[in-house]
Amino acid sequence: MSVILDVQNLSVAYRGALSPAVNRVSFQLGQERLGIVGESGSGKSTVGRALLRLLDSADITADRMQFQDVDLLAASERQMLGIRGKRMSMILQDPKFSLNPIRKVGDQVAEAWLAHNRASHKEARARTLEMLTSVSIRDPERVYDMYPHQVSGGMGQRIMIAMMLLTDPQLVIADEPTSALDVTVRMQVLSILDRLVRDRGIGLIVISHDLNLVRNFCDRVLIMYAGRVVESLAACDLDRAQHPYTQGLLAAQPRIGGPRRPLPVLQRRPEWAEEPS
Amino acid sequence: MSPTSRMTGFARQLGTIAITLLGLLVLTFAIGRLMPADPVRAIVGEEATQDTYMQVYTQLGFDRPLPVQFLMYLRDVLTGDFGTSIRTGQPVINDIMAVMPATLELATLAILIGAGLGIPLGVLAAVKKDRWPDHVIRIFSLMGHSMPIFWTGMIALLIFYAALGWVGGGGRISDYYIGLVPPVTNFIVIDAMLAREWDVVRSALNHLILPASLLGYSSSAYITRMTRSFMLDQINQEYITTARVKGLSRRQTIWRHAFLNIRVQLVTIVALAYGALLEGAVLIETVFSWPGFGQYLTSNLMTGDMNAVMTCVLLVGVIFIALNLLSDVLYRVFDPRTR
Amino acid sequence: MMTDDLPKARSVPFAALAPLGRILRFLMRQPTSVFGLAVIALLVLAAIAAPLLATHAPYAQDLSNTLAPPSAQNWFGTDELGRDIWSRLVWGSRITLSIIALVTIVVGPIGLAVGTVAGYYGGRIDTVMMRITDIFLSFPSLILSLAFVAALGPNLRNAIIAIALTSWPPVARLARAETMTFRNEDYVSAARLQGASDLRIICKSIVPMCLPSVMIRLTLNMATVILTAAGLGFLGLGAQPPLPEWGAMIATGRRYMIDSWWLVTFPGVAILCVSLAFNLIGDGLRDALDPKQMNRR
Ligand SMILES: Nc1ncnc2c1ncn2[C@@H]1O[C@H](COP(=O)(O)OP(=O)(O)O)[C@@H](O)[C@H]1O
Ligand SMILES: [Mg+2]
Repeated sequence: MSVILDVQNLSVAYRGALSPAVNRVSFQLGQERLGIVGESGSGKSTVGRALLRLLDSADITADRMQFQDVDLLAASERQMLGIRGKRMSMILQDPKFSLNPIRKVGDQVAEAWLAHNRASHKEARARTLEMLTSVSIRDPERVYDMYPHQVSGGMGQRIMIAMMLLTDPQLVIADEPTSALDVTVRMQVLSILDRLVRDRGIGLIVISHDLNLVRNFCDRVLIMYAGRVVESLAACDLDRAQHPYTQGLLAAQPRIGGPRRPLPVLQRRPEWAEEPS
Repeated sequence: MSPTSRMTGFARQLGTIAITLLGLLVLTFAIGRLMPADPVRAIVGEEATQDTYMQVYTQLGFDRPLPVQFLMYLRDVLTGDFGTSIRTGQPVINDIMAVMPATLELATLAILIGAGLGIPLGVLAAVKKDRWPDHVIRIFSLMGHSMPIFWTGMIALLIFYAALGWVGGGGRISDYYIGLVPPVTNFIVIDAMLAREWDVVRSALNHLILPASLLGYSSSAYITRMTRSFMLDQINQEYITTARVKGLSRRQTIWRHAFLNIRVQLVTIVALAYGALLEGAVLIETVFSWPGFGQYLTSNLMTGDMNAVMTCVLLVGVIFIALNLLSDVLYRVFDPRTR
Repeated sequence: MMTDDLPKARSVPFAALAPLGRILRFLMRQPTSVFGLAVIALLVLAAIAAPLLATHAPYAQDLSNTLAPPSAQNWFGTDELGRDIWSRLVWGSRITLSIIALVTIVVGPIGLAVGTVAGYYGGRIDTVMMRITDIFLSFPSLILSLAFVAALGPNLRNAIIAIALTSWPPVARLARAETMTFRNEDYVSAARLQGASDLRIICKSIVPMCLPSVMIRLTLNMATVILTAAGLGFLGLGAQPPLPEWGAMIATGRRYMIDSWWLVTFPGVAILCVSLAFNLIGDGLRDALDPKQMNRR
């Protein structure tokens, strides 16, 4: 398995914050689906944004942050412009906010193509329509001309997926891709994402606070707590998790058909944030 | 929004405007009646007999109760009769139409300067928030907001006209050129261009540039601040992150996304700033002997020319209401969310 | 229940004023606001100590020493009647301060009364009152003040009245908005249940809650008041000569401006400094508070 991304001891500190938001996180990623799970505020999104170097107000340090042939730590902003959206992209949480409210959704998708290819608008439009079809949008011509407030959440997130996969990136980070959606459309959106990622051989990082979702959908899972990775294991091995925080998370998951006990209260210990991962 | 609810919304807005206009008329009527100058005496002259005086007095309806007088005023205004100016003997509306182009010429160049200065500065200040360009721009625009414009006008005349001789002094063109071009639009720059009198064009621009720059600078203060705050609202939104994730540069996200999203708001505040320029025009026209609306208003205030003052105040109010309405309409037309 | 409610009701005004201390501390941390506060402090000082600071009597003419340029004798020169400009400026600070104070004293209560009544009762009363407010708002303040002064007669007192008449609407709008957020609070309902009259509730519970933001809005308005007053003085519709009002001083100095620059320069600098000072403070206040609400004109 070829390694797409290699991160060693990544730390991120927002300027003015007392403690780093991400603390010495290490992981490797091949052509697989990696899940990052943790409660809100544990630093998951910060990891994703640090990889794309989107954090202007934070200091990023790492021993190594290699994306294929690119050293993400040393890359200039100019190099990053060629990487973002072309080779690495990110699906954001809520299409209500992550799409520009006053531009047609189709034009916004096409913009991703135009940013990296010398192409006519007509060509970009054709590509966009094709991509909209492949995220199971039935009437792409009509959807192309709609505005974000006219599409549903599930449709919006499919448009987001189309926008971020249009340029055939090698790595996609999905930051809580279904958290803002109705429960009924979550599975649908996830399976579309899953299909495209498999078909195209894209490396995927799924960020979520939902352990059930990640264990069903990913090959490997990182558990984060207070900016640190406390445990890293294959999804199928989750039941054999060693770390008490992971065990707590697992016990707190409601199981369909399981015995109806009151869910245990999740334990948190300050020393988990101290231990080296 | 359904077509019917849009129609009722529109009807309600029209009703609001009608009531505001009525209130405006009450206000101007009150101002006219409060004015100490005796309009009858001004018409009949000091030597007129008591009989003549009383005759005109009744003719103008001053013997009727105030509500009746107001209704008469209302009737006159609705039929387009704003009375005659005591000073010039002309219908007030003709006088105002004659002076308005001079003010519009000034205000239009001023708003171009104000928006041309204020919008880029506001964007820059937002992008560089809390760093030195932001602070410099803040001080610069607060200065524009704080200067007594009549005084700055005089100092600018002292420096750029008296000392340096870079610009023309008071008036719209040099005396030498007065009457050289036939008045077509009464916008001297345009008239001179039509007549292909390039020297006159140059002279007119020479006289226009200083007062327009000062007015523009003072209105840029408001435009800068609003642009900055609109931009800050946008820059922190999630869709800007999306644009960056797509691979757009900083500059592209600012101009293609954030700035495009505030253009409707910008047009709105520029329209309001244009109306507010009328206020500065009153003072700057006095300093620059600019024969426009402001000077007409102040000179009639001094002489107590009631009809002229009432009509001027009414006109300013109507312009303001119209600009407010215009900005509402622009929102509806250009923002897809309200369509 | 009675004993429970009384201390609470009494503490409302003090609780409402508490943020002002925090805001002042915030202002002291910004150099620009500190500069503004310093200029205002100087202005107040000059007004109090005018007899000490002035080197000459403000109205004393010296026809043998007219239009004298700045010198050791007359720091800012003399005007066309030989009066000392520095001394007139110092005495003029009293006029400037009293204009600000009087306008504020008139505008605050009017705005509060209109805004709280409209916001408290809502419905038709609210609609009517806000319509009237909108009519006043649909004018640029200087032009409406001009018209009022022309109607009432040009002098300082009428200029103050005219400025006050044109600057209450934004205050009323703010007070109304605040009232709408407070009127359903528990302690207002409690007072209502206890049978307090509407007037009592408005005065005792609602007005104190609106006070901080209204006071801030009034501060933001002061630069405009100064510029409008100076503008009226300049047009001959405000303070009349020989009063040493800064705008009127510029108006008379205008005739001699080409040869005697000091006649218009110093009063103008004084106006600029004071209005800039208020704007700098206002800008700091705007940062300290919700920028959206304060940006409204
Ligand atoms: N722009 C920012 N500036 C300062 N602190 C931030 C910023 N964004 C996030 N943080 C802080 O960093 C920590 C991690 O946040 P985040 O990565 O968003 O967590 P998650 O995505 O796991 O919920 C939180 O404590 C949060 O308060
Ligand atoms: Mg997150």
